[in-house]
Amino acid sequence: MAQVTISSVNKIYPNGFHAVKDADFHIKDGEFIVLVGPSGCGKSTLLRMFAGLEDISTGEIAIDDRVVNDVDPAQRDIAMVFQNYALYPHMTVYKNMAYGLKRAKKSKEDIEIAVQKVAKMLDLTPLLDRKPSQLSGGQRQRVAMGRAIVRSPKLFLFDEPLSNLDAKLRSQMRIEVRRLQRDLGVTSVYVTHDQVEAMTMADRIVVLNAGKIEQIGTPAQIYQSPASVFVATFMGAPPMNMLEGGFKDGTLTLSGGGVIPHHSHGANGPVSIGIRPEKVTLQAEETPGALPFTYEFTEDLGAVKLVHGLLGGERFIVHTHEEAIIGDDAKFLSIDGGSVHVFDVNTGQRID
Amino acid sequence: MKRVQFRRPIFPFLLLIPQLAIIAVFFYWPAGEAIRGSFYLEDPFGFSSTYVGMDNYTDTVTGSEYVSVAKFTLGFTAVVAFFSLALALLLAVKADSVLRGAKTYRTLLMWVYAIAPPVAGLFGILLFDQAIGPFTKIAQSIGWDFKLGVNYWDSATAMVIVAVWKQIPINFIFFLAGMQSVPMAVREAALIDDPSGPSRFFHVIFPLLAPTAFFLLIINITYALFDTFGIIDILHKGEPGNNPVTLVYKVYLDGFRGNDLGGSSAQSVILMVLVLILTVVQFRFMERRVHYT
Repeated sequence: MAQVTISSVNKIYPNGFHAVKDADFHIKDGEFIVLVGPSGCGKSTLLRMFAGLEDISTGEIAIDDRVVNDVDPAQRDIAMVFQNYALYPHMTVYKNMAYGLKRAKKSKEDIEIAVQKVAKMLDLTPLLDRKPSQLSGGQRQRVAMGRAIVRSPKLFLFDEPLSNLDAKLRSQMRIEVRRLQRDLGVTSVYVTHDQVEAMTMADRIVVLNAGKIEQIGTPAQIYQSPASVFVATFMGAPPMNMLEGGFKDGTLTLSGGGVIPHHSHGANGPVSIGIRPEKVTLQAEETPGALPFTYEFTEDLGAVKLVHGLLGGERFIVHTHEEAIIGDDAKFLSIDGGSVHVFDVNTGQRID
Repeated sequence: MKRVQFRRPIFPFLLLIPQLAIIAVFFYWPAGEAIRGSFYLEDPFGFSSTYVGMDNYTDTVTGSEYVSVAKFTLGFTAVVAFFSLALALLLAVKADSVLRGAKTYRTLLMWVYAIAPPVAGLFGILLFDQAIGPFTKIAQSIGWDFKLGVNYWDSATAMVIVAVWKQIPINFIFFLAGMQSVPMAVREAALIDDPSGPSRFFHVIFPLLAPTAFFLLIINITYALFDTFGIIDILHKGEPGNNPVTLVYKVYLDGFRGNDLGGSSAQSVILMVLVLILTVVQFRFMERRVHYT
């Protein structure tokens, strides 16, 4: 258990590629932090800098007040779960889990006790004598977890550990990983490109884009008040609808026509307007404040339906449960005023 | 695979004939001749031959010279195989960790592979020459009166050095390929688990190289036993005299210099059996070998 401080960390590769730009945040003791972003955003690089697998170009990473920039990976008191598990193919499950402890000069009895305990926790006991090649994907994943847990590190690092599993196993493991982490109380950093994993698992989410941290916050904060257009469109499925518009004499209007309810009265000028697909209602009759909607088609996901259409000439998705008002009946759309997001057209930053 | 239908079933066999003929003429016929010849006492010009049964074999195996050559061959093979494998592994480990100019470095190391054994022997002569050889000079500077072709063990040393030097590149290529097929993530996992570099190598990398290493061991034994002929012949300048030779070289000496075709044939049959055993060992292992995937 530990707290981690990241102070203006940069990663610049010899070829000049600036992979991580001025990362600066603090991880509290026992917190589960998820680094999320599209591929190439620098999230894995940042994680590998925690592990010591990448050098830190400038800045400092401190685990419990000990700056680890120049500390060997094996001496940092961390454990990592890799995307493709990275189990030692020639070792049994037992040896895979025991290797780190053995090299840390633990006694044979201590190792036996620790491995058996973790194996029991993860239902690995009957598999201890098998080689990784004799295991299924889910079992390998559990062994990789076990190998990390058995070392009882100060910090867990996860590099997209669930991305090689099928969808069903993934949602199951998501819960299992989170429960384990809660029980053990070990500070964790988890990298993923899957925003569902980020939302469901994290205490706090760090959203990265092109090496830069866009926003740090709890899943609720990220969802309810995204700091930029990037965060707004990256987090949430389907993504937030983005429309062109502007403030005119204190009212928010769409470029395609129509007034959008909004709590603030910004300065005149163009803005980007973001509306979550689930914060609008389709209706057949015109009511005060409703905007005309042109229906195109519906994606039926069973429990929910995604209605695609046009609002003021721009593409717009509505997330609905309503059975009745879909199809060509959906002629109007009313917007929940409290959930309209406004962003600067040039910088993409949120305007409150 | 594309399946081709022939109108007449004989046609595919006609196509195979050149290949079969080459194998028969250059492999099976000489081998058969050697086996046949090993039971006869032949006069040097091939005019007459007398059936002598197992005499050639008993003479060969009981001859004190043969036993000492066999012992030398065993030692020579062990030393050459060990050093060419060990040095190649060391070079592969180093090449694997080279970051800058890695390709150039590897290519340079592989070049030696393209050198024919007699040419390697010629380099050896230059290196160990009595008057101008740099190795001789170095040896003399530390008080070692190195005389190639005169002192038995000096010649043996030269043979080992040239044979090892010639074999390192192929071992290097295999080891390097083996090391590079160890997944990056596995190395990184080891980096997190194990603070000591040598320990990581022996616990993680080397076990994953073991199949490659065993394959190379067989290849190197075969090499040291049979393919060093050219190197030995050039180093000894065709004048073996008191110099150490291997079993294969002795087959040539007895047959073509000593004109003892029967004895020479018996020796080559013994070597054939040896190759057979090595081949069986190798195939048995290859079948049972663990595949790490």
